[in-house]
Amino acid sequence: MEAMIRVSDVSKSFVLHNQGGAVIPVMAGAELSVQPGECVALVGDSGAGKSTLMRMLYGNYLSNGGSICVGGLDVARAEPREILAMRREVLGYVSQFLRVVPRVPTLEVVAEPVLAAGGRREAGEARARDLLARLNVPERLWSLSPTTFSGGEQQRVNIARGFAHDFPAMLLDEPTASLDATNRAVVLELIEEAKARGAAIVGIFHDAEARAQVCDREIDVSRFTPERAA
Amino acid sequence: MTAMQHDPAYNFAYLDEQTKRMIRRALLKALAIPGYQVPFASREMPMPYGWGTGGVQVTAACLTPEDRLKVIDQGADDTTNAVSIRKFFERTAGVETTEHTVQASVIQTRHRIPEAPLTEGQILVYQVPIPEPLRFLEPRETETRKMHALEEYGLIYVKLYEDIAHNGAISTAYAYPVKVEGRYVMDPSPIPKFDNPKLESAAIQLFGAGREQRIYAIPPYTQVVSLDFEDHPFEPSKADHDCDLCGCGTSYLDEVITDDAGGRMFVCSDTDFCAARQAEGHRGRLSGEDAA
Amino acid sequence: MTPLLQVRDLTKRYGARLGCGDVSFDLYPGEVMGIVGESGSGKSTLLNCLAGHLAPDEGQVIFDTRAEGPVDTLRMSEPARRMLGRTDWAFVHQNARDGLRMGVSAGANVGERLMAVGARHYGDIREQAVDWLGRVEIAEDRVDDRPRAFSGGMQQRLQIARNLVTGPRLVFMDEPTGGLDVSVQARLLDLLRGLVREMGLSAIIVTHDLAVVRLLADRLMVMKSGAVVETGLTDQVLDDPQHGYTQLLVSSVLQV
Repeated sequence: MEAMIRVSDVSKSFVLHNQGGAVIPVMAGAELSVQPGECVALVGDSGAGKSTLMRMLYGNYLSNGGSICVGGLDVARAEPREILAMRREVLGYVSQFLRVVPRVPTLEVVAEPVLAAGGRREAGEARARDLLARLNVPERLWSLSPTTFSGGEQQRVNIARGFAHDFPAMLLDEPTASLDATNRAVVLELIEEAKARGAAIVGIFHDAEARAQVCDREIDVSRFTPERAA
Repeated sequence: MTAMQHDPAYNFAYLDEQTKRMIRRALLKALAIPGYQVPFASREMPMPYGWGTGGVQVTAACLTPEDRLKVIDQGADDTTNAVSIRKFFERTAGVETTEHTVQASVIQTRHRIPEAPLTEGQILVYQVPIPEPLRFLEPRETETRKMHALEEYGLIYVKLYEDIAHNGAISTAYAYPVKVEGRYVMDPSPIPKFDNPKLESAAIQLFGAGREQRIYAIPPYTQVVSLDFEDHPFEPSKADHDCDLCGCGTSYLDEVITDDAGGRMFVCSDTDFCAARQAEGHRGRLSGEDAA
Repeated sequence: MTPLLQVRDLTKRYGARLGCGDVSFDLYPGEVMGIVGESGSGKSTLLNCLAGHLAPDEGQVIFDTRAEGPVDTLRMSEPARRMLGRTDWAFVHQNARDGLRMGVSAGANVGERLMAVGARHYGDIREQAVDWLGRVEIAEDRVDDRPRAFSGGMQQRLQIARNLVTGPRLVFMDEPTGGLDVSVQARLLDLLRGLVREMGLSAIIVTHDLAVVRLLADRLMVMKSGAVVETGLTDQVLDDPQHGYTQLLVSSVLQV
């Protein structure tokens, strides 16, 4: 079967032009392949490059070498509009923090990815109601902007938004962080459902139990950390 | 009547021949491009701006010794401005003058078109204060010229829109904008919109703006359309009365306050027209009192 | 897919000084591009050259017209270019006073573009004006008020309504949120974002405010001293800037 996500020989370094042109290599020779229906956990110490790799997959960071293929698109070489199309249709991303436009009601925030992918408004809103209810976000909050919500509520809105559209590939950054046991279970359920429908998932889970429950493999990214000059 | 001699201290009709030629060239160009504002080198005249310096120069350029001149100010032959200009040409050109529309070959006017239909061979000269119909919406002359050149006339409708929005109807009552021969939008000078239909005429109509140094024209039998909206069509309007002197129900009326107790009367703005009707025996509501 | 706008080697000099040099890019339908850079970097010069307000010295600005397909707007006849400016193109000025007629009502400001393309039915024009005022959150009872009586934010929203009423396909915006209070900015950005998406507009937004582009722009062009130093996906340029100047720009933003 064709891999949904394939990373080959990817390297990344930061050049700090305003600090004497210092070059900081952070990754070299990175390899990763994820099949549909598979969930792969990125592990490694803090600073090993888990987030960097995730960001490169999403097109948020540029890579300096190698190729990153997501659903047939070479992210490392794609035009901005191709990456945006990939983000709308192919690759979902549940980040740790909710970043929304002020004043937009929660229901719309959650339904938006469905609309962006070309879905109908009713379908998007139905899906949003369902997810918000499952994640125990009180219905009285749905018509309000999430900007004023508590951290936990914002995180659940964020997860609902991330799972609203059935992306064929997903990136999960600490999806169970700061959740109570009930909601943590709901999130794991959502991940299992996504896998079952064939989504290829890459995640960072500090929660070892959760990781053990949903992930099929682990990739230790510290293997890709280049030797640094002391 | 014997032909009068003009004051030999002046060239015929005050202006020198070269200036008259320059103005005639501008007039010919204006007639060739109906409604288009032709720049001309307006001269200092022995009267203040606003008293008809543009009209006077056009009249001077058109007059021949055989012409018979009529001058009206808001329809009247006997107001200061009309009398002064008539005397000016009597002295500097020695031409005959008249108060009768039908007898005049050249009529200089401020703010009215005579009631009696004009005929071929007559010239109507308008005094124009502001020739640019787009001026109040777009103050940049460079931009308004471009708008005319490219026929971008959306802006003129903004003014009519504002009228309706604020007053429920197009309240522009004078200097009502028109489109000439389907091309140029033109300010017909501050004539009442009642007169707009008369802009389609057998006579030559010439417009002179002295301070603004512009001349424009409507040749005989040219199409002149008053601008409007489909749902707010143009309506020439007048006071809803008959003339109190001659009883005419179709002429443009002036409202005259007759005492300090609210008394008023409506009379034809065109004094020649009204007098002619009275001479024919027509009578209005107050003619009896007047006679008494 | 044909790009909506293809810009090739656009150069504008002010005497010996470079306004903007050798700028090339493609803008696709529905794309929103931000141009960022400090004052004097040439971003406004570039925008004005693109919109036909300034004549560049070299280059092409090819627009995919409805009637004839891609046409170099710099070589179009002036009437055709001005017609484009009233129909398929829109320009939102930083200062609403530059983009509005301050002496006529809000309704007339919105209606002007309709009348400019031949609308001659007062009732229809007014209906559309009221509809558009509603879309930019200006109450119907303000339709006959002049923009002078409006707040800065309202004036800016009115300017946007005036520009979008003819359903343009490309909108140029010069610092659309400049000079507005932060809360007013947020509301305006939200509105713009919604309209851009709803109408499938393409837009080019010049700003020095990185928060504005993060919210509105799909991609970025970073300018310095008249030259483009970096381009890319908005979040990529802001989160992983490659050029020294962009790094400086991003690191100079105050964190709230």
